[in-house]
Amino acid sequence: MTSHQHSTVPSDPELRVKSLESLLVEKGLVDPKALDELVDLYETKIGPRNGAKVVAKAWKDPEFKKYLLQKPTEAISSQGYRGRQGENMKVVENTSNIHNVVVCTLCSCYPWPVLGLPPVWYKSAPYRSRVVSDPRSVLEEFGTFLEEDVEIRVWDSTSEIRYFVLPEAPKSFHKKTLQQLESMVTRNSMIGVEKITDPDNPL
Amino acid sequence: MNSAHDLGGRHGFGLVAPESEQSEPVFHTDWERKALALTLATGFLGRWNIDESRHARESQHPVDYLRQTYYENWLSGLEKLLVEKGLITEEELKTGQALSKTNEELLSRVLKAEKVTEAIDKGGSSNLEIDTPPVFQVGDRVQAKNHHPLTHTREPGYVRGRKGLIEAHYDSHILPDDNSQGKRTGEHLYCVRFEATELWGKDSTSQHFVYVDLWESYLDRA
Repeated sequence: MTSHQHSTVPSDPELRVKSLESLLVEKGLVDPKALDELVDLYETKIGPRNGAKVVAKAWKDPEFKKYLLQKPTEAISSQGYRGRQGENMKVVENTSNIHNVVVCTLCSCYPWPVLGLPPVWYKSAPYRSRVVSDPRSVLEEFGTFLEEDVEIRVWDSTSEIRYFVLPEAPKSFHKKTLQQLESMVTRNSMIGVEKITDPDNPL
Repeated sequence: MNSAHDLGGRHGFGLVAPESEQSEPVFHTDWERKALALTLATGFLGRWNIDESRHARESQHPVDYLRQTYYENWLSGLEKLLVEKGLITEEELKTGQALSKTNEELLSRVLKAEKVTEAIDKGGSSNLEIDTPPVFQVGDRVQAKNHHPLTHTREPGYVRGRKGLIEAHYDSHILPDDNSQGKRTGEHLYCVRFEATELWGKDSTSQHFVYVDLWESYLDRA
């Protein structure tokens, strides 16, 4: 790595962050308590359990499902999830013959109010580079094997529209309570890299 | 700009190797927590927008962009913006010591702890109404422009020159290309459906479509 000119190798990010934080606090540009509050929000309150509640409700309540597909931002907001990185939501529905999967090839756009902050793999070069061109092999890495005739729709989040997958309901959904269904909804199924595993009807 | 961030269709990055959903923490180190919080908090000062933020990360040397972790890229972008926008000086960044006072106007914009939830809940919409009607309708056949701006754009390289169908019209939104240069322009936004064979050639898998959100100025009628 000597043939190109790029900035000198940055120092340890831990030291850089510490130094920047103390500088910004000293200059009054950030409120240290606000920093803690932001971290707490994304570490304990805004995460994929929010999305799981929305999905379970959509499975149980056909009227809500219709609302969710037609006016996604409004429907999600009606459940208390709204705001930053979810201002314009679009919900795409997985069925037995259509499988949707979401990516942001250019950065890491992700529907924060319903899923929280994205996992490392979602932001990584392997996922961002390959899922648009070779989605089947990427899905297989998540243990998701789709039949040949299933149509795959990959949504590249290049604008501020945030995509959210409504996974296919488990076959036993009518026998389950809302809470039981919620606990079956994984984050990965709402990104579209996995299907819902039904303990009563294992594959 | 055609840099390392524009990853769609690139080869050589290997397997995704996802960490298990059950065990992956939201943050992997304490400094990642701070990198996120500092980025969000300083964003509320209103000195830059989301596209300037993205552009700051993308315009690093591609080797740095690819070698660094995600939050390191955020940190590099943040340092760059803070200096470029005059909130801190190079000297202050280097030493970590404040050498000048922050002006009152800026201090009045600082995000306070008690306002955090409200500010996050409120978000910031990218919708921007314009007077002109949309040029394209759902079902129209379009071709993504083959252009290569040196500045920020949200038209990924892999769709340029490729043909697709308008799947949806999403009203008018702030155009990222102008926004990254500090100029707020509204433009109609569309979702365009591309067949995999159009993007990746005849050997690509069938029953595979890629949907990409593209602004009106990225498109020609095909």
